[in-house]
Amino acid sequence: MNTLAPESFDVSVARLENTTVKLDVQELDFFYGKTHSLKGVSIPFAEKSVTALIGPSGCGKSTLLRTLNRMYALYPGQRATGKIMLDGEDILRPGVNLSMLRARIGMVFQKPTPFPMSIHDNVAFGVRLYESLSKAEMDDRVEDSLRRAALWDEVKDKLRDSGLGLSGGQQQRLCVARGIAVKPEILLLDEPTSALDPISSAKLEETVTQLKADYTIVIVTHNLGQAARVSDYTGFMYLGELVEFGETASMFTRPATKRASDYITGRFG
Amino acid sequence: MAVSSSRVATRRAVNAVFVAFCNLVTLLAIIALAAILFTLVKNGGGSLGLDIFTKASTTGEGLADAILGSILICTMAMAIALIIGIMAGTWLAEYAGDGRYGTVIRFLNDVLLSAPSILIGVFVAQMLVANTIHHPSGYAGAVALALLAIPVITRTTEDVLRLQPISLRESGIALGTPLWTVIRTIIWRASTSGILTGALLAFARISGETAPLMFTALGNNFVSWDMYQPMSALPLAIFSFTTGSPDEVKLAWAGALVISVAVLAVTIIARVVAQEKKQG
Repeated sequence: MNTLAPESFDVSVARLENTTVKLDVQELDFFYGKTHSLKGVSIPFAEKSVTALIGPSGCGKSTLLRTLNRMYALYPGQRATGKIMLDGEDILRPGVNLSMLRARIGMVFQKPTPFPMSIHDNVAFGVRLYESLSKAEMDDRVEDSLRRAALWDEVKDKLRDSGLGLSGGQQQRLCVARGIAVKPEILLLDEPTSALDPISSAKLEETVTQLKADYTIVIVTHNLGQAARVSDYTGFMYLGELVEFGETASMFTRPATKRASDYITGRFG
Repeated sequence: MAVSSSRVATRRAVNAVFVAFCNLVTLLAIIALAAILFTLVKNGGGSLGLDIFTKASTTGEGLADAILGSILICTMAMAIALIIGIMAGTWLAEYAGDGRYGTVIRFLNDVLLSAPSILIGVFVAQMLVANTIHHPSGYAGAVALALLAIPVITRTTEDVLRLQPISLRESGIALGTPLWTVIRTIIWRASTSGILTGALLAFARISGETAPLMFTALGNNFVSWDMYQPMSALPLAIFSFTTGSPDEVKLAWAGALVISVAVLAVTIIARVVAQEKKQG
């Protein structure tokens, strides 16, 4: 028992059964300089399912997400210890090819970030890095990605126009299309709808639900309704720790811990 | 809530005075600019004919040697400065961070930014004219002007790249793109108009510089493509003709007008091209 802890609370992490674990985080600690912002987090992400990470601001959800594709490695002073097993291989060990890793694990950010180029080129950008496709193959890949991201019908007649000219919701779906065009295995979504209007958000949620047939998806969200709608599993985080993890249905109906229960019922957060 | 009418009146009055002051100051600046342009067109426009572009200054009727010299020297200077300036600015913005090495380079660049141009001229003269080529040349002039343009381009490139959102960089990285490729294909493209502005500022600055050319390019009255030899340039011609006969003074005015129009034309063309590229 750590007597220095400001307050202690019970923890409940369910085991995943009858499913393949695609990405397994084990005893992960994360530091921004001297700030210890993730504390011994262990969480499994099941293959071809959606896992939502919820919790109050500053609890470490986005930090956890940014360790999964080692985005933090861009910044000196940020470091992670522990293990993150992707198909049985630890991606935190030194010598991992980060470009190849990130090609396998796509990410969509809070604010839409279309590149300053045409819609077609936005989607083709990542593909060109790793595959040399003929023009016809590339056009197919772009169309397929835009269809999966539920954007094709809105942009099929203006693929040569700049991606910057789309609406916020369309830009975000363009970013999803860009992310899935490289055929990653995992898709990380960092509050993907927080900058979108309700209709665009609903479309994006629909997209996520369709994508899980092929991808392992991790979504950070502040919107509890969204977590309940799109996810199969939910992890509740608080003060850098994973407090509760389990199937979304049971977490939202019968939370095992008091903290999660308080958060879900809106008593704090 | 009670509204004090006297306070509202005071606030309105202060507002009116301030707006009037801003308008007045803007007007003053515009008047000064208009006066310069007017004098330039009045004195230079009269003698601006085809001869200016075709006849050498030895004939006393044209500035062909100076115009060609300026084009060659400025083009070469800008080519050197764009490569070094954009690379240095990119390094400062993307790789140097707040480390000591970056801080020192940034500081030195700012010093160079405000260095007197004659100092640059003397430095290049010492390096290239006195010790390497052993006589004034167009190359030396181009190097001197490049040294003036580099800090401007470095600074604006760094500033513009820093303005790009971190999320844009990260979303490139998240696709598995190496940082250098992200910079080249995304960040530079997103910053085109800002970098272009810096380049145009630099071009406008060097196109009228006289001091750094005096000891480096020296001047030459014959039309010459050979940058290894002394070379004429418009500011040099203006400088020597301003103190000459009335006809020569007219030529000097025409030269000044040519520089101004050239800078304006290059600015407009570059803006239009950048705009089209952005939309395309």
